[in-house]
Amino acid sequence: MHYALLIDFGSTFTKVTAVDLISEEIVGTASAFTTVDSDIGTGLNVALDRLRRVTGDIAFEFKSACSSAAGGLRMMVSGLVPELTAEAARLAALGAGARITRLFTHELTRRDLIAIEADPPDIFLMTGGTDGGNRACMEKNAEKLRSLSVQFPIILAGNRQAIDACEDALADFPVTVCPNVMPSFGVLNIEPVQREIRDLFLKHIVNARGLSKTKEILSDILMPTPSAILSAMKLLADGTEKETGIGELMGIDVGGATTDVYTIARGEPVDMNVICKGLDEPYAKRTVEGDIGMRYSVAGIVSEVGQSWISERSGLTADDCATYISELSDDKSKVPLTHDDALARFDHALASGAVEIATRRHAGVLEEAFTTSGLIYVQTGKDLRSVRQIIFTGGSFIHAQSPLDIARHALYTERYPMSLRPKQATVLRDDRYILSAMGVLAEREKDIALRIIKRELVPLGDISLGDDS
Amino acid sequence: MEQGNGKKLVIGVIGADVHAVGIRILEYAFREAGFDVTNLGVMVSQEEFIGAALETAADAIVISSLYGHGELDCRGMRDKMDEAGLDGLLLYVGGNIVVGKQDFVDVEKRFHEMGFDRVFPPGTPPEETIYYLKKDLGVD
Ligand code: B12
Repeated sequence: MHYALLIDFGSTFTKVTAVDLISEEIVGTASAFTTVDSDIGTGLNVALDRLRRVTGDIAFEFKSACSSAAGGLRMMVSGLVPELTAEAARLAALGAGARITRLFTHELTRRDLIAIEADPPDIFLMTGGTDGGNRACMEKNAEKLRSLSVQFPIILAGNRQAIDACEDALADFPVTVCPNVMPSFGVLNIEPVQREIRDLFLKHIVNARGLSKTKEILSDILMPTPSAILSAMKLLADGTEKETGIGELMGIDVGGATTDVYTIARGEPVDMNVICKGLDEPYAKRTVEGDIGMRYSVAGIVSEVGQSWISERSGLTADDCATYISELSDDKSKVPLTHDDALARFDHALASGAVEIATRRHAGVLEEAFTTSGLIYVQTGKDLRSVRQIIFTGGSFIHAQSPLDIARHALYTERYPMSLRPKQATVLRDDRYILSAMGVLAEREKDIALRIIKRELVPLGDISLGDDS
Repeated sequence: MEQGNGKKLVIGVIGADVHAVGIRILEYAFREAGFDVTNLGVMVSQEEFIGAALETAADAIVISSLYGHGELDCRGMRDKMDEAGLDGLLLYVGGNIVVGKQDFVDVEKRFHEMGFDRVFPPGTPPEETIYYLKKDLGVD
């Protein structure tokens, strides 16, 4: 009984990982295809059969899961000013592993309400105003949501003076109240909301996602997959009381539809002549680029970096690139047949572009301000230049032939000197996709999870500024 | 400290101005006088003043400018406030808002035309500003 079973219900695959809690080893992994329509339990059973072939019949002390099945945790968030409470709400939801289907600022409009009704979220996070500040935004939005014909859990996490009125207006909805995401100007307080999101995920979403059928075999379904990955990254960076972490890091997951970037780093300014602006930055931060991905979001990558960039890096002619772009839009399941065929080279360029853009959007930026007493810099976001470790997870990177060349695109470059990305880094790769499983395991066994992560991540080498550009 | 009067101020030094001392003193003085103060510090853009005023539901914005470029930095502030739905919000400016020793009557007139409710000459003590804030905001 000294084994743990960790399950990751994905949108296309269900992955299972068996861990020996005494030897602290992964004794087997397996996966099975799941379609949106097929019962999620079927995929799990197939995966478990495959796992058994590797591990033999073993009994599990506990079975825990994370899930991004059926579109993941779909949230809508609302706030007042785009850079302030709406941004705080966005950071809170992303950090909790959600996918944000809509973000609203200021007051909801009739069109917004129609959009909400047409595709209701799993959870609606409503914010607006500092404590004692603007009440109208939350109160009016609550009044408007009241009129909807659909219902969903709502988290109220804005101006505490507005909460009573909102609760009254939303009496028909399952409402929970959390501390303000921005209690006073510029101050970020998102952990309470994130805990609440996870609770709601357990209580409501798991049922709605057909996962409850698997409940009898599971000890618990713990969290959305991205939240498990973020928690594994945080564990790896910070360590535990008994086991040291590896320090500040950046994590990158280039997927088929989106690209996620994680940083566990303070990112505070290093120079004296830098002034920080904007909202506080979360120490453990996750951003998701919905328009950057290897299959469903090829167009997004190409439109950002340009077709010539792709053809230059893939060595393909502009015509060949155009052909692949259109072929991939028709057939998302196309994969390279060999390591160096044309599609593999095209994928290499795409992944490089995805890393380039997603890290640039995640990292903080400097702006120059010329003052008569000299040059001053204004920083928004995190300064990641001293982060020294980059972790890659996700398929596109695992199968890549020259991963370090792709990874270089996460670094600081003279071409974008104001983008505060790491100047040099050791690249580690999650070869066996264990990060989400370890995030789940860490809920019960932090030290074991950490030691396994440290052992499993494969160091690919060091990259530094100026290696290539 | 006087008891809180419930009025909320957003204050800061506008533009690329880094004179950090005066605004601290104002923050302290305004708090002592019972105001709820959000101090945005130095190098504050018009948009930041407006964002902060929206979220905190401020009763007034008090802009400080010391390095001489105040007129340029303040241009369009009132229009942006109108756009953001902060029409009619009390707006003050003070410090050394223009370069050198210009006739303050002219300066004041120009800033009034730009939509500032009150314009203070160099060397205005905090007490005077507090007196006007209370008067304009109807605090006894
Ligand atoms: C210290 C100082 C600096 C330091 C600032 C350090 C820092 N980070 O704080 C440094 C060296 C960086 C500096 C730089 C510059 N400075 Co300087 N600086 C001063 C100095 C000597 C003192 C400022 C100070 O702290 N005073 C003490 C505080 C308590 O007073 P205060 O700032 O005036 O604020 C009070 C009042 O003005 C008022 N007040 C302020 N805002 C508001 C707003 C409202 C609504 C109201 C009612 C009242 C009010 O209440 C405050 C509290 O009592 C003044 C000269 C002086 N003696 O005032 C020049 C002075 C402000 N600087 C000046 C100049 C020109 C500059 C530079 C352009 C110089 C240069 N060529 O490099 C740069 C600009 C840099 C920039 N981008 O901002 C000029 C401005 C002239 C003008 N406006 O016509 C001054 C007046 C010197 C002068 N006589 O020439 N400076």
